[in-house]
Amino acid sequence: MTSRNLSTQLRALVVDDNMINRKIHQKMLNGLGVECMGVANGKEAVDVHCYGQSFDLILMDKDMPIMNGIEATKKLRSVGICSMIVGVSSRSMEVEIREFMEAGLNDYHEKPLTTAKLASIIHHIINTKVFYSYNDHFIFGKFLNDPFI
Amino acid sequence: MERSQPRRQVAAMKQSLFDQGLLDEQFIQLEELSDDANPNFVEEIVTLYYRDSSRLISSIEQALKERHTLDFNKLDTLMHQFKGSSSSIGAKKVKAECTLFREYCRTGNAEGCMKTFQQLKKEYASLRKKLEAYFQLARQAGPMETACRPK
Repeated sequence: MTSRNLSTQLRALVVDDNMINRKIHQKMLNGLGVECMGVANGKEAVDVHCYGQSFDLILMDKDMPIMNGIEATKKLRSVGICSMIVGVSSRSMEVEIREFMEAGLNDYHEKPLTTAKLASIIHHIINTKVFYSYNDHFIFGKFLNDPFI
Repeated sequence: MERSQPRRQVAAMKQSLFDQGLLDEQFIQLEELSDDANPNFVEEIVTLYYRDSSRLISSIEQALKERHTLDFNKLDTLMHQFKGSSSSIGAKKVKAECTLFREYCRTGNAEGCMKTFQQLKKEYASLRKKLEAYFQLARQAGPMETACRPK
């Protein structure tokens, strides 16, 4: 048991009507250095974005009251939210997973999530950010050094 | 040397819970989340589970009282939620009973639902007692450096 002083400077939104799952997933993400927020259904997930919040990762449960994960994912994508959205559910029928993926998910995992699974998701997000940051820097640097500009 | 004896007892008790098939790997995941800020994280989650799920148990019990006109969809929805929470704390046997109950809901088997629910309540109550004893012993033993995995 150690103090965890990591900070990835990433922000995550955990969307799940089950309070226990929200607490566990938030704790796992905190342990990986990710700042977290939790909401209880898809409508609240959409609302926080309308209030101007943004996230690097959204963990989206499928079955929730008021607005489920499929509807919320579609809505977020339709308003231009490009964050990584990872669907989570305890249901594992192929047709249900496909429907969820087609709503606009980047990835899907069956519950319960583990720290290892979340770590690989975070790793992927960080690598993607580094890639784009590196490419922006490279292109900009080349522009500055180009004698014909 | 003396301090290691209670820790061995804690490890043995945990091993026993796994050997009896009461807990699965998810419980270890929760233990590994304990840190200086939340040294008793797993105990907090389990306490929350029992508090939160008692409401679901009551709702299912109430729904099962309508013996001749059971609403299997409603029962399945309630049990889906209960199974989700049980799975999150690693309650392996409780989760298995939930799965069986849902199968009976799918096939519209009222008697199956009722029998399984009785068994589920027994497993749920039994796990609660054993976990209370485990956490009490763990608190007496003091914090462990790492969550140790059962064999």
